[in-house]
Amino acid sequence: MKEILAELERRRSEAWAGGGEKRFAAQHARGKLTARERIQVLLDEHSFEEIDIYVEHRCTDFGMADQKVPGDGVVTGSGTINGRTVYLFAKDFTVFGGSLSETHAAKIVKLQDMALRNRAPIIGLFDAGGARIQEGVAALGGYGEVFQRNVLASGVIPQISVIMGPCAGGDVYSPAMTDFIFMVRDTSYMFVTGPDVVKTVTNEIVTSEELGGASIHTTKSSVADGSFENDVEALLQVRRLVDFLPAHNKAELPEIQTWDDQDRVELSLDTLIPDNPNKPYDMKELILKVVDEGDFFEIQANHAKNILCGLARMEGRTVGIVANQPMVLAGVLDIDASKKAARFVRFCDCFNIPVVTFVDVPGFLPGTAQEYGGLIKHGAKLLFAYAEATVPKITVITRKAYGGAYDVMSSKHLRGDFNYAWPTAEIAVMGAKGAVEILYRSELGDAAKIAERTAEYQRRFANPFVAAERGYIDDVIKPRATRSRINRALRLCRNKQQENPWKKHDNIPL
Amino acid sequence: MFKKILIANRGEIACRVIKTARRMGIKTVAVYSDADRDAVHVEMADEAVHIGPAIAAESYLVIDKIVDACLKTGAEAVHPGYGFLSERSAFPKALAEKGIVFIGPNPGAIDAMGDKIESKKFANAANVSTVPGYLGVIEDAEHAVRIAGEIGYPVMIKASAGGGGKGMRIAWSDAEAREGYSLSKAEAAASFGDDRVFVEKFIVDPRHIEIQVLGDKHGNVIYLGERECSIQRRNQKVIEEAPSPLLDEATRRAMGEQACALARAVGYDSAGTVEFVAGQDKSFFFLEMNTRLQVEHPVTELITGIDLVEQMIRVAYGEKLAIRQADVKLDGWAVESRIYAEDPFRNFLPSIGRLVRYRPPEEGFDGEITVRNDTGVVEGSEISMYYDPMIAKLVTHAPTRLEAIEAQSAALDAFIIDGIQHNIPFLTSLHASERWREGRLSTGFIKEEYPDGFLTSEVDAEAKPLLAAAALAMEVVRQSRLDALPGRLRPSTATLARDWVVKLDKDYIPVTVDEGFADIPLELDVVIGDAAEPVTISSRWVPGDLLWSGEIGGSALTVQVRPIPNGSELRYRGISVKAQVMSPRIAKLDQLMPEKAPPDTSRFLLCPMPGLIVSIDVVEGQQVKAGEMLAIVEAMKMQNVLRAERDLTVKTIKGKPGDSMAVDAVIMEFA
Repeated sequence: MKEILAELERRRSEAWAGGGEKRFAAQHARGKLTARERIQVLLDEHSFEEIDIYVEHRCTDFGMADQKVPGDGVVTGSGTINGRTVYLFAKDFTVFGGSLSETHAAKIVKLQDMALRNRAPIIGLFDAGGARIQEGVAALGGYGEVFQRNVLASGVIPQISVIMGPCAGGDVYSPAMTDFIFMVRDTSYMFVTGPDVVKTVTNEIVTSEELGGASIHTTKSSVADGSFENDVEALLQVRRLVDFLPAHNKAELPEIQTWDDQDRVELSLDTLIPDNPNKPYDMKELILKVVDEGDFFEIQANHAKNILCGLARMEGRTVGIVANQPMVLAGVLDIDASKKAARFVRFCDCFNIPVVTFVDVPGFLPGTAQEYGGLIKHGAKLLFAYAEATVPKITVITRKAYGGAYDVMSSKHLRGDFNYAWPTAEIAVMGAKGAVEILYRSELGDAAKIAERTAEYQRRFANPFVAAERGYIDDVIKPRATRSRINRALRLCRNKQQENPWKKHDNIPL
Repeated sequence: MFKKILIANRGEIACRVIKTARRMGIKTVAVYSDADRDAVHVEMADEAVHIGPAIAAESYLVIDKIVDACLKTGAEAVHPGYGFLSERSAFPKALAEKGIVFIGPNPGAIDAMGDKIESKKFANAANVSTVPGYLGVIEDAEHAVRIAGEIGYPVMIKASAGGGGKGMRIAWSDAEAREGYSLSKAEAAASFGDDRVFVEKFIVDPRHIEIQVLGDKHGNVIYLGERECSIQRRNQKVIEEAPSPLLDEATRRAMGEQACALARAVGYDSAGTVEFVAGQDKSFFFLEMNTRLQVEHPVTELITGIDLVEQMIRVAYGEKLAIRQADVKLDGWAVESRIYAEDPFRNFLPSIGRLVRYRPPEEGFDGEITVRNDTGVVEGSEISMYYDPMIAKLVTHAPTRLEAIEAQSAALDAFIIDGIQHNIPFLTSLHASERWREGRLSTGFIKEEYPDGFLTSEVDAEAKPLLAAAALAMEVVRQSRLDALPGRLRPSTATLARDWVVKLDKDYIPVTVDEGFADIPLELDVVIGDAAEPVTISSRWVPGDLLWSGEIGGSALTVQVRPIPNGSELRYRGISVKAQVMSPRIAKLDQLMPEKAPPDTSRFLLCPMPGLIVSIDVVEGQQVKAGEMLAIVEAMKMQNVLRAERDLTVKTIKGKPGDSMAVDAVIMEFA
């Protein structure tokens, strides 16, 4: 028996040794942690339950028969984050560069099946070189199996991907189908085809960072939802995110103890809206003063900054926040902002996270760039997302709610549960100046008359009461009381039951 | 007594005057510009009158508008506060024409003392000792250089109509005299509408000590002790105190009597201040007389128990001074810090914007310590570019100087301001300075103690365990509620981990929890670093609080807390440090993380504050030596010269005069 136990120990330590000390050191020299170190940071101490530690590949081509490392380049298992179960896999760059073989894929697939069956979030840590070329089509098959499960799990359990090194080729599509992608600055990149191929095909010369670094994917491409300074920071922030999320689409929202007064009055919000309607203000101040403890986990903070999306808590329970940001492009809705917010609203709806929307929107962005880019269909995504969402929807219009953008931003007409407006709100087809220029085109030459007409339009429509008279606004509230009113509304909606007609799935304008 | 008075000012001083008037049962009228529609003084007053656009020259400085406001509201008297119209004799004259009383000295006294050149002639006549200088008006830069040569460097070039450090420059050479002359002149014109400047001898290592006087319309004049205001930056007072640690009783009396003699000589009939420059040997020379309520008057009020605004109102009404010289007793020590909207880490450039958070420390009297905060803003107020960047005056009073300083430090630690940059880190650093605590002062104090400007103070051996303890205490609370999250795989054991590591910037400090449990209030016994004994930490802090207050080893501590990823930024006594708390195994891995160099911005000249480019003083391709002038940016009426920090060549110039620039906007790029 003793020898048998010793053999177990030997095989375990062989697996734990991964790619060996030398490769570990190289990994550290690049500023990266090893797969098992990353798991240590991500999970509660002693909670990791590894599976498939002895799995080895079965490839015999290109001399692979002699090269076998137990685990085959990916560490899989489950553990807890603050006591709550998660499943995770971590690509091990020190073993075959983390490349995906048939058996490597099988390990991930097995884990995906477990996570879905047991209804717990799944987290993937990526740091790998793509398909294992020696395996050919078997690797491709493996990818396909992984992709299929990503799709089946989507909307059922939260799926989170963290890119912590290279992630290229077939490897990128699994993260692309998960709920969130995070990247580590300077040490990670993501692209379908790398700089070498790019050069051969298009003669473009780019570095990996320029092609797919965190700076690109968090600003330009919006592939990534956030980036972090280093491995430790990224993993600890993933822990923070998981604390916000329910385990699956039928689970209760996590509720955390808070000492923040649910009726906290913020007098300074009464002066948040500047006297000059064209002067911007920082919508983030409103968010931070309304949510519990000023704790806001922002998604895509550096992309489409004209709209803010993120997770926060009210009375200790998770809410999704969507808010126009007047500081950037006057808070206008454009292609990027619509796509960003639409995806976030759909995420919240998947997991029963109520959506709180703060509105100050002057409309959709005009111009050929936007129209040629398909603003109609992209704008429709956000409209669609709000309209189909059955989670509690609370809306506060702080200033402008003009034109079609008014309808889009979680309006009453899209089944908004509680639609509030600040006294500074202006709900109208457009701003007074624009409206008068159309209505009184014949008087345009007469500045005095136009000024008078503008003032008249301003008086008539630049307030929330016209909408409130029609019941489009449930109440006009004092800015200072925003937190307490939203809390009350959320409480009233806690048992909300609403179902869309049965359908196979909807046909959102993609 | 008056039934209703108008306050021809804004900000903290308007609020300050309203408070006293209200206590005396007098109704108040505020005036406001476009920029002050929502200002606190407007809110506080019984009535408010709009007097025009934001620019002071078209609102607060327009005598007719104030007079009209009085007539419209029936105000019988006007308190001018400080600045604005407070020292313009035309103002009381215009008021008098309409039968309105000016709560301040008679116009004759203002004329005699208001002009720095005239006032010196008066002082000489009254046998008050004065500083050598040229009392005429300087005609041009060369004239300034010639006069300076006669007096001998260093010299000070000052605006005749000036005050508050504006339009004032010290020169040590002909070149500096030339530059100082033109800068002073330009600033004097912009700030006071009067570009006359004069030159006088600059006394080395001087201290600034001033005597508060109080006169009535019946010929009585008394002095209320002195204030020392030696802690100045660019001639702008930063910290003031009363009494002065320099003076003895005999010097105090001598200065007080000279001040009273001067006041009597000009028939002074209100509150006023006679400023002296004092040598370290307790010699003193008359500098100027301020014929108004001084910004730093609260320190005098706290050591004398006399409300100066009340006295001003009473004597203006014609009452006889009820206080005789013999009644004036100085009790304890008072210290005041001026809290400015300026960025101490960027050479104190003005910072404007919305006060996203503004939570001053609690005011009151606890039996020994008095905390008073004179302010004109609330959370949500806008600090605009139009007016003085002072946000508040924090004053503490205690039986002894050191206790007053300690109380001041604690109050500053608890002062929350977000949204703009402010000088509290600098103030807390100043109050922690040994030299300040020992009272070894001079007006060069800041230049000497901070020769390279103000940099974040390093975490010292004393602060390190305190900050580590506070960081740990917060993490324990955060962690304990996460342990109670629903949906756990197995119930939490609710036992507190024993071993932790607190990371302060790059320093990893092991901390062991000896005993205790995470609850509110929290109480823990911990061993910090290599300390031999555990200390007890107790606190009622809950997540979201921006202040951690508690006791560590029996002494009270208040630390500012702002969230950063996976931790907090802690601010305490001029120190600003990133604190993260980890388990030892994560700390070990964290040490493997690479250090990243911040992006290189030295190739650019960035606009250090929101402002207007006044001039670009180089051309593209020009080679510039370190220290040479590159551009001038104006903000808050102050012209700021941007100089080359090293020898360089100008590559491209992106800004031009008249451009309005945001903070960190690129003005020019270097090769």
